[in-house]
Amino acid sequence: MTKIIVVTSGKGGVGKTTTSASFAVGLANRGFKTAVIDFDIGLRNLDLIMGCERRVVYDFVNVIRGEANLNQALIRDKHNKELYILPASQTRDKDALTLEGVGTVLDELRKTFDYIVCDSPAGIERGAQLAMYYADSAIVVTNPEVSSVRDSDRMLGLLSSKTKRAEEGNGKITEHLLLTRYSPKRVSKGEMLSLEDVNEILAIPLLGVIPESPAVLKASNSGVPVIVDSESDAGQAYADAVARYLGEEVPLRFLEEKSNWLKRIFSFKEKEVV
Amino acid sequence: MNLVNNVFSRLTNHFCRPQKSAKKAKERLQIIISHERARRDHPDYLASMQKELLDVIAKYVAIDKDAVRVELERQEGCSVLELNIVLPQQE
Ligand SMILES: Nc1ncnc2c1ncn2[C@@H]1O[C@H](COP(=O)(O)OP(=O)(O)OP(=O)(O)O)[C@@H](O)[C@H]1O
Ligand SMILES: [Mg+2]
Repeated sequence: MTKIIVVTSGKGGVGKTTTSASFAVGLANRGFKTAVIDFDIGLRNLDLIMGCERRVVYDFVNVIRGEANLNQALIRDKHNKELYILPASQTRDKDALTLEGVGTVLDELRKTFDYIVCDSPAGIERGAQLAMYYADSAIVVTNPEVSSVRDSDRMLGLLSSKTKRAEEGNGKITEHLLLTRYSPKRVSKGEMLSLEDVNEILAIPLLGVIPESPAVLKASNSGVPVIVDSESDAGQAYADAVARYLGEEVPLRFLEEKSNWLKRIFSFKEKEVV
Repeated sequence: MNLVNNVFSRLTNHFCRPQKSAKKAKERLQIIISHERARRDHPDYLASMQKELLDVIAKYVAIDKDAVRVELERQEGCSVLELNIVLPQQE
């Protein structure tokens, strides 16, 4: 049975595309045939993050309009033959995606893929609702910051009312919280909402915590999803999240400030002085 | 003098820490989100039903619209619509 996963957030710029790319690679690395779809019509970016921008010929909208077939539009990943990317169109026509059209493409993909990852655009309007409509599970990407948490809560409201599963009473979408751009140092200083704070407010199962990391920019610079950088903290945190999604029990990491013995001595001294 | 002041302010800062901003963020979020959740759980017809109910009551008694409270509470298996109307004292 194919599983459709929507990566959503409400608020823009919190890490949906970064997450979609790494999650799709993670699932494909586990041997699952995976497709990742860019729903951000007009603002195609997933292709850049996946490093396949120069191989885009046809896109999602071309397929919906019957101008190309799915096999012509799907781009096979360079490194993993189980992974395919369906790029967004750059049309300015916001109504280019239709509910029926999206449904038809997803049904076609279901025939061959184990997982379909949908990278949602920001906002709570049509584009975001189309991305979530057919989903079986949702990854709610949240930053430890007031407007992101509030928007995530609004997305949870939409997920439980404006989706096919909700409308048909066909079991709830499974919801997963992914807390990203987490800075343990700022949390310990009381400057940033902690994991416990966000967990308590949103109250949905936690999939993982991705630390704020320079590895993410490095990865997007080179067009290789950060999960491939298995030495990096963010890459490892994404691999953990994929494992948890697949039902494995993996302890949380990167929640503590990197402990540096020099710094510890200094902070100890500081306290003594005061 | 300046130095004394400086040391003093650092000391007070140390002992009476100002409220951490993350704590404030959490409190504000808890309030706004519980408010927004309550509103989104209301069915769409609630507002117009509320207005019609008030119109019917107003036909019989002069009521102050502020003296009316309508609440919808979800319980296991059912919802309870609670109408709280303060009637004016009979003359
Ligand atoms: N864990 C992280 N550490 C550091 N930077 C990050 C992290 N996650 C994301 N970013 C950065 O945040 C920015 C936004 O990320 P991304 O494009 O994935 O967000 P998005 O939610 O898809 O945005 P949009 O709403 O515009 O689609 C990018 O510059 C990315 O490099
Ligand atoms: Mg994006």
